[in-house]
Amino acid sequence: MSIGTSDVAAAHEEVAGPVIEGRSPWALAFARLRRDKVAMLSLAIIIVIVVVALLAPLFSAITGHGPNEQYHTANALSPGGLPRGPSGEFWWGTDDLGRDVLVRTVYGARISLLVGVLATALTVAIGVVLGLTAGFLGGLVDTLLTRLIDVVLSVPFILVAVALVSITGPSLSITVLVIGFFSWASVARIVRGQVLSLREREFVEAARSLGSSDRRIMFVDILPNVLSQVIVYTTLLIPVVIVVQATLSFLGLGLPPPTADWGGMISEAQSYYTVAPWFIAFPGAALVITTLAFNLFGDGVADAFDPRTDRLISQ
Amino acid sequence: MSLLEIRDLEVSFNTPDGVVRAVRGLSFDLDRGKTLAIVGESGSGKSVSTQSLTGLSRGAHVTGSATFDGIDLLTADEHQLRGIRGARIGMIFQDPLSSLHPYYRVGWQIVEMIRAHDRSVSKRAARDRAAQLLSMVGIPHAKDRIGDFPHQFSGGMRQRVMIAMAMSVEPDLLIADEPTTALDVTVQAQVLAVMRKLQDEMGTAIILITHDLGVVAEMSDEIVVMYAGQVMERASRRDLFYRHHHPYTEGLLASLPAQGGKGTRLSPIKGTPPSSINPPDRCPFAPRCPYAFDKCWRENPLPRVVFGDPSHQSACWLSTDEATRREERARMVASKLSAEEPA
Amino acid sequence: MTRTTTAEGQGNTGSDEPLLRLRGVKKHFPVQSSALIRGEQEYVHAVDGVDLDVRRGETLGLVGETGCGKSTLARCIARLYDLTEGTIELDGRDISTLSRREMRPLRREIQMIFQDPYGSLNPRRRVGSIIGEPFAIHDIGSRRERKKQVQELMELVGLNPEHYNRFPADFSGGQRQRIGAARALALKPKMLVCDEPVSALDVSIQAQLINLLADLQDELGLTYVFITHDLSVVRHISDRIAVMYLGKVMEVAPVEELFETSRHPYTRALLSALPLPDPDLADRREQIILVGDMPTPVHPPSGCRFHTRCPKAQPDCAEVVPPLEKAKDDDSADHLTACLYPMDPDERLSRARATVADSEIVADDSALGGVS
Repeated sequence: MSIGTSDVAAAHEEVAGPVIEGRSPWALAFARLRRDKVAMLSLAIIIVIVVVALLAPLFSAITGHGPNEQYHTANALSPGGLPRGPSGEFWWGTDDLGRDVLVRTVYGARISLLVGVLATALTVAIGVVLGLTAGFLGGLVDTLLTRLIDVVLSVPFILVAVALVSITGPSLSITVLVIGFFSWASVARIVRGQVLSLREREFVEAARSLGSSDRRIMFVDILPNVLSQVIVYTTLLIPVVIVVQATLSFLGLGLPPPTADWGGMISEAQSYYTVAPWFIAFPGAALVITTLAFNLFGDGVADAFDPRTDRLISQ
Repeated sequence: MSLLEIRDLEVSFNTPDGVVRAVRGLSFDLDRGKTLAIVGESGSGKSVSTQSLTGLSRGAHVTGSATFDGIDLLTADEHQLRGIRGARIGMIFQDPLSSLHPYYRVGWQIVEMIRAHDRSVSKRAARDRAAQLLSMVGIPHAKDRIGDFPHQFSGGMRQRVMIAMAMSVEPDLLIADEPTTALDVTVQAQVLAVMRKLQDEMGTAIILITHDLGVVAEMSDEIVVMYAGQVMERASRRDLFYRHHHPYTEGLLASLPAQGGKGTRLSPIKGTPPSSINPPDRCPFAPRCPYAFDKCWRENPLPRVVFGDPSHQSACWLSTDEATRREERARMVASKLSAEEPA
Repeated sequence: MTRTTTAEGQGNTGSDEPLLRLRGVKKHFPVQSSALIRGEQEYVHAVDGVDLDVRRGETLGLVGETGCGKSTLARCIARLYDLTEGTIELDGRDISTLSRREMRPLRREIQMIFQDPYGSLNPRRRVGSIIGEPFAIHDIGSRRERKKQVQELMELVGLNPEHYNRFPADFSGGQRQRIGAARALALKPKMLVCDEPVSALDVSIQAQLINLLADLQDELGLTYVFITHDLSVVRHISDRIAVMYLGKVMEVAPVEELFETSRHPYTRALLSALPLPDPDLADRREQIILVGDMPTPVHPPSGCRFHTRCPKAQPDCAEVVPPLEKAKDDDSADHLTACLYPMDPDERLSRARATVADSEIVADDSALGGVS
């Protein structure tokens, strides 16, 4: 090495002190998230809900009531056949068929979370792949995919869902597929927009000048840069999907009875809310708390990934 | 009394990482018809200092005094400030779109500007004045372009529209924050010529904030060199270029690639500027200074008169006497060389 | 003190063959027009017929203002864009029609350094993986070898090799440009195309990087095409300079010859507009203030492209496209000018009067018309 270069090397600039390992943007976002009390509380609630859902059989064992078992005892139903309120035996009361509302609500959480996660995953997977392809390849592919997105977004979702389920009959997989098929377009649109601007960045040009292939640029250079947006969108999509699933159930398009799920329970409780408010209150509250927790957590994630706060806390 | 008198201006911001001391002790006077240039690299506090004068630095903690024609800008209430900002102190920025509204025609914007400050001007008169101003700043066919939107102008033309707008109310002071940084050299020459011409005609005082020493040499009467929020040197134009005192000024000029052709090496200042978060109490330039000695690491020098010329100040511990200073510098460089020798 | 760089360049390699030869290079971009008007497709004539040679080991400076096509030309040379017309020969081999796949092995020969220290590095990747990317793409070396090479590169450009695992956000602008340089050097190219590599940096940091680029050139025998709008930088770093205006080369000459005896009025105007950091010089020199804006490259002016703003344009300037050739007898063989009325060194442009019909100068009714 020439004297000149080592000279310049000796004068190398120091900014961030002795830190040798930089913290990745992910680590920085996570650090910020951990400082967000509301997000952390919401996360704790989400974890509790997930644990409760996983341990649903335990609730069944403790109370001695199966989720679909009907009790016709005096504790379960009044002589007139009306649901009974919370008591020592039925902690959250019973429903119109003499089933345990607590156990059914807990089992219902399984369905909500399962559909929420599966349908969101499907939505995001389709949306990211198509959005990335459209944005990166451009041209005819982009035009076609953009038109497809427009078409999907303008289809009246509930009507098609009603029609589809009336043909195939209600099931878990059809619910997931229907939600996934009608929600990917908004994800694809967001990803495409991001990719369009990333594509023009100099680091993509740099990769190209090094001889990188299109596929490598797409997955190595561009994808990691849209991922934070996708994660934010995903956490905010889960509660939406949970509500959509409950809505479908409420309309009778959910899982076939007697499977317990929140939308279905709320639907059944409709005619009893004056005489048996607990019947609608508990599954309703579960739904509200779950979606609220996911939404607040999602907001926290969005703030944590906000690039404007990047430099401030990186030191 | 000067038009603008700044004394011990300090600006700081609270951030999650600590207190950012953006400006630490800025003082200068500016007379009508004169141009004062504030030079510095990014993060030197050159922009923040003038933003705090016009109340543009939100959330900043500002102390000191800034007397504009007898009014202290730092203690004036919002009502008083509104009468001064725009009307008596005009501002132009690097990005003209920050002060031109994209959805209104430029002529209308200038007319509004004129009438907002003087309701007695008729719409027609204001309109004629707008056309005249646009023509003065060198926009061809100004009468026809008065109905155009900002996006219909090129970058250089837009910059001129902004100057026309700022000058429409004939301010006493124009603050130009990197007005030509985004422009090409031939366009920059056009814009600078416009500024000079308007200054001659209206007697406006100009504060020119820039990092470009070439622009400074062409435009200014007096120059303030800032580094890490502090004034390093303040001198008249010729003194700063030919008889500077501060090692930072020297380093800046030596970094310029104008001197020799290929094969000559530039002598850049080593290292990078310091962070302005919780700065230590010593000369901020000491870590990069080739002449730094023990005192520089202990005490932060205040600007003091050098070379026996009251208009020339430098914040440096090197002797203010020319001959002694030369000896001191030679000694420092020699001692540094010998210190590096064994290693 | 005018060095004859030509002789030097040729002396070093013993070959007259330029490393890079551009002939009639054109790059036109279609204008995005509204779908309603499906008439003629219009084109931006970004680069419109450029002939240039770049010799081994030299630095060719490419200067011009925004919209003159210099960055587009750089991307044509690095084959990021396909040419509309013309040929580019690298080492005697025509690379202008190679496909991306065919081009891949040649990527090792030409590399590029970009302008934006923030945009040119992927913010989500560690510096080690950014600099090592060329090895990954071209499948060179094992993981361990790559890491060693990356650290050597970091040292070469004056970065601390221990900072291998940092992210771009942890570095300053000047350091990021060093990262960009290290990445470009990874494949040991013969030629570096530098697109405004120091324009975004503060002067003191800019000087550090200019010195680094000069050292690297000496040490590795690199050939540079150095694009910038900053004449003082290009004067410092180049052997020869080509001045571009609206997609064409107006003048090309060895550095000192260009600064001392420029023949083209546009070159003269450009040089006179350069702010001099020297008050006495600044006060003394003749300043030529051009009138109006650069015309749109969608409909470039006929004849000489500069004629609409040229202070000494004559009627035939609007009709004849001046060839790029030796203008006066006492010019060196390397000094080519595209002007029908080349200037003498002591000619004052501020006294010239244009006599061409579509001159902006004539049309302009502003108080600031003409030259001062």
